Amino acid sequence: MSSIPSSAASGPARAARKTRTDRSQWVGLLYIAPAIALVTVFFVIPLGMTAWMSLHNWPLMGGHSFIGLDNYVAIAKDTRFWNALKFTLYYTVIITIAIFAVAFPLALFVERPGKMTGFYRTSFFLPVVVGFASASLLWSWLLNVDSGLFSPAAYQLGLTPKKVNLIATFDTAFWSVIVMVVWKVAGFTMVILMTGLQSIPGDLTEAAKIDGANAWQRFTQITLPLMRRTLALALILSVAGSILAFDQFYIMLRGGPRNSTITAVYWIFNQSFVSFKLGYGAALSMVLLVILVVLSLIQLRLLRNPEGT
Amino acid sequence: MAAATIAADRGSLGRFLARHSIGLFLSAIFIAPIFWTLLSSLKPPPEARQPPLPPWPTTGFSIENYVALDSFGAGLWHSAQNSIFVSVSSVLLTAVISLLAGYGFSRFTFPFKNLFFIMILSTIMIPFQSILTPIFLLLATFKLQNTLTGLVLVYVTLQMPFSIFMMRNAFDAVPKEIEEAARIDGARSVALLTRIMLPLVWPGLVTVALFAFLNTWNEFIAALVLMTDQEKFTLPIMMTAVQSGRFGAINWGAVQAGVTVMMIPCLILFLLLQRFYIRGLTAGAVK
Repeated sequence: MSSIPSSAASGPARAARKTRTDRSQWVGLLYIAPAIALVTVFFVIPLGMTAWMSLHNWPLMGGHSFIGLDNYVAIAKDTRFWNALKFTLYYTVIITIAIFAVAFPLALFVERPGKMTGFYRTSFFLPVVVGFASASLLWSWLLNVDSGLFSPAAYQLGLTPKKVNLIATFDTAFWSVIVMVVWKVAGFTMVILMTGLQSIPGDLTEAAKIDGANAWQRFTQITLPLMRRTLALALILSVAGSILAFDQFYIMLRGGPRNSTITAVYWIFNQSFVSFKLGYGAALSMVLLVILVVLSLIQLRLLRNPEGT
Repeated sequence: MAAATIAADRGSLGRFLARHSIGLFLSAIFIAPIFWTLLSSLKPPPEARQPPLPPWPTTGFSIENYVALDSFGAGLWHSAQNSIFVSVSSVLLTAVISLLAGYGFSRFTFPFKNLFFIMILSTIMIPFQSILTPIFLLLATFKLQNTLTGLVLVYVTLQMPFSIFMMRNAFDAVPKEIEEAARIDGARSVALLTRIMLPLVWPGLVTVALFAFLNTWNEFIAALVLMTDQEKFTLPIMMTAVQSGRFGAINWGAVQAGVTVMMIPCLILFLLLQRFYIRGLTAGAVK
């Protein structure tokens, strides 16, 4: 922007401004240099290395050798990876629906300021600031068959003939994680949806009320359409977070029962850091990366031009 | 007329009661697991092995669970110190680097400025989980393998997109006139930044620091992969080892104590700095 007036200036003024600009170019770069250095060394170079490593047989010890696309050919036949990917997508769909089903009513509940609203907002939000690892450890205790909350309580109340180990079967283990994650992140989605709700002009719903629209009609015909961008944003954040799920499945279930809850990141972790097949892990990472970038681009489009407006 | 008012009042009283009983019930569900853990961690160990009803200790409070936790691996306090070192260093470095970069991106023009900005922001689209293997090898090359310093550098890098975006916006919101007036008064670039600009972008910096703390204090997978030596475990890694029974039989009392230690700083910081957290959320969302 500042270059436009300087080209119009003449003579000594132009020279003076030119040196000034040169100096500030140098200064500006200096200010951003530490950030650029960090991102280059710990992000851009590793990204390039991932692509390079994916073309190699790369054990932890000993030399590595170029094997071209062999890792990718192996991935195509790796049913456990595809199962992990399928499981991750299944989890993403279910958890996203569950989060919205809880967060939307909560957002409607705390949208308007009133007595105690601040307290409600804070308490619904509190689990969000607790880390995923803390939350997973906490819930693995609550879910424990002997000293936890649910199994002994259900047994003592006579609901089950004996203590049920909730993480022993796929269904109970999976839904236990869903409950934990909804508890942990619903408050986050609630706040996003709340800001969306608050941005809807009050006169619009008032006018609809006068015209005789009932609460449901107002919700589906005014609130939801006007919240399209917010909904898209909450959806993107939920999908992005869920597709990379690892902590909760590693800590609460160790991928069990019988490896049925291994997510994509978990499988990459296993291949890279348990089996130490670093090249193969890198190739898996590339596949996941491509899937994620494609997903992000689709979602960005969804956010940029919501249909119908 | 009067009857109608009373009926309306009764209706609103009913609604008031319904609203707040629902509200309190829901709040209880969200808060209960946290308080339950805090209280249970203070039970004497024999009681901690029992099912958690009632949630409070019945045979007196005890800090034995915390003492027990210190006997696992390198010890609770050792891991806590690692976590504190990693988080505090990450927060400080993130604050300084993003303050400088935010100023640079907001106030200066230089070649490839947009390219650099996009490069930093786009790292948010790429999951760092997929570049952990090369990071692991890079740290080994720099002789930073298994060091807390290495972990700090990785964590600071991960904070860059959000922090720089936040700080650039904070600087953009400061009127150019303030800076020009200071420049005329003779303030040099660095003095200008620290004396004049810093107080004005302070709220943005607090937000950046808060997010950096919560993210690094709670980070799991990078610490799990990069720290292989017990001495270097951060709290989440140490606690996962305790919970998985890697040090013998699982001691749930110790797990409750560890979870409490992990949660308390996050809860306190959030309760003190709520409005900065919400600022960060909306800044990230509006983008």
